Formats: sequence, C-alpha cells, structure tokens
Amino acid sequence: MTSASIESIETAKGAGFENHRIRVSVLMFAKARELAGLSEVSLEVDEGATTADCLKILVSTYDKLQSITESMVLALNHDYVENPVVVNDGDELALIPPISGG
Amino acid sequence: MGETSADDLVLEDMVEIVEHPLEPSKYIDAVRSPRAGAIATFMGTTRDTFEEQQVLELQYEAYIPMALFQLRKICQAARTRWPLIGVAMAHRVGVVPIGEESVFVAVSSVHRRDALQACEFAIDEIKATVPIWKKEIYTNGEVWKENKEFFEKSTIADLKKCGTGTGAKESNEGIVGKAEGRRGSCFIKMSP
Repeated sequence: MTSASIESIETAKGAGFENHRIRVSVLMFAKARELAGLSEVSLEVDEGATTADCLKILVSTYDKLQSITESMVLALNHDYVENPVVVNDGDELALIPPISGG
Repeated sequence: MGETSADDLVLEDMVEIVEHPLEPSKYIDAVRSPRAGAIATFMGTTRDTFEEQQVLELQYEAYIPMALFQLRKICQAARTRWPLIGVAMAHRVGVVPIGEESVFVAVSSVHRRDALQACEFAIDEIKATVPIWKKEIYTNGEVWKENKEFFEKSTIADLKKCGTGTGAKESNEGIVGKAEGRRGSCFIKMSP
C-alpha cells in the first residue's frame, strides 16, 4: 500500500485529433490486488473515457484480472457504479471483487 | 454521544472500521437513550472451521473511506424504514483471532420490533454492500471468502432493472424494497 507500489499506465492517444488526457487513480483490493500484483495504479485515459474503458485497459495490462471480471463490480468515488459512466480527472476507481465482510 | 436528553429525537449515527478488538459497550452506549425501550445488537464472531477445514487465521481488509460511506448509507436506509433512535456499526480489520468479534451492530428504538428488524437489515446490508474482504488461512492453503448476499444483491438489481419483480430472497422481511434510497446500495455485475 505504499506509494512505491503505484504504477502508471499510459495508453495510446485516440487517433485523428488532439485529445485531452485525464488521470484516474485505480485501487485494487483482495483478490484483484493479488492477481494484479499491486494495490494502486494511476491510469491515463482520453477525456470522455468510461469506467468500462478503464476496466478494459486494466484487464489487458494485468491479464490475470480476466479470471474475476465476471464477479467483480466497480466503484467510482466510493459508490458502486451499475452502468459505465464517464470518468473525470482525479476520480478514484476501485475494483471490488466479491465482498466478504461480516 | 452522551447528550441523551429526553428531547432528543435521534442520536448521531456512529460507524467505525477499527484495527483493534471491538468494544461492544462503546456502540451500545452510542445508541443508549432515555427514550429507547429497546437496544438490539448483533455481533459477528470468527469461526474456526469452514466445511470441515481447520481455519488457522482470518484476515480482513477494507476499502476504508468507501466502507465508512456505505455504512453511513445503511444507517440512513434503516432510518427511512423504521423509527430509530440510535444506530452504531463497527467492523474490525486486520488479523482477527478465532472466536473474536469481527462486526458489531447496535440499534435503539422506542419499541423492540423496530430495533430488532433494523438490526437484521443492517447486518444483511453490511454483508451485501460494504467493501470489506475476509481471507481464511487453512493448513493447506488460503481463500478469499465471498458473501452470498453480494451476489443476491446483484440479482435483485437485475430483476428490478428488467421490471420483472423485486428481490424474492429478502421478501421474508416484508419491508426491503418498499422504500426509496435503495438505489445506492444495489449494483450489477460488470463485464469488460
């Protein structure tokens, strides 16, 4: 959980015209953290990207995450997101594998 | 939390994620009031076996800011359903030795039924929506546990979305799904 574990993913810019880039902080917990091998990553995406776009990038970067995408849900800024929503610069996105509190 | 004058309608909600043993009396005192005729509590404790496997150790981790946010939402959701005086909830994280408390819920109300029902609602919601994970360490391996409530909530959201009905699983309580405010605590499965 130290800052030393934060990696940065910079994806290719969309072709054709000048895109604004934004940064999203991604947190991974429990099984997602173990599969990805890190707890936090800074993701740079095109403005207008959605939570689903972010997940796509994460799964292609950390392919072991593929095994839990069916059961995982996403949270954006501490709340669950049901459908893909557009992310904004500075947002906090979290990968939430099946929870087991209690 | 001590200012429980008879004029107080409700007490402030208390939610906590702690790394030390839970102190039930703290949360019971947080909901104590001269107006209350009942305090209902639920205490979850860690078991030493799962499907005949010996559990050596349990480790809990939480997404703390979100867990606190979701706990507060559960407090609010409970208050929309029952006339409650006080609500306090706490979850322990880190290594929890076998037989110790991992979660505690305390609810107070004027009459017992409201507190009892709200207490059950609260622990069910905690298990379905609060981002906390438990890993069980066995002699021959380890596993991240998965609450069935997490998946049931997903199904409920799907059904609601399709307009085909409400969550049948929770209908035994006869109250869940009636009130609004549920939108924030349901979600569906994501696929990439």
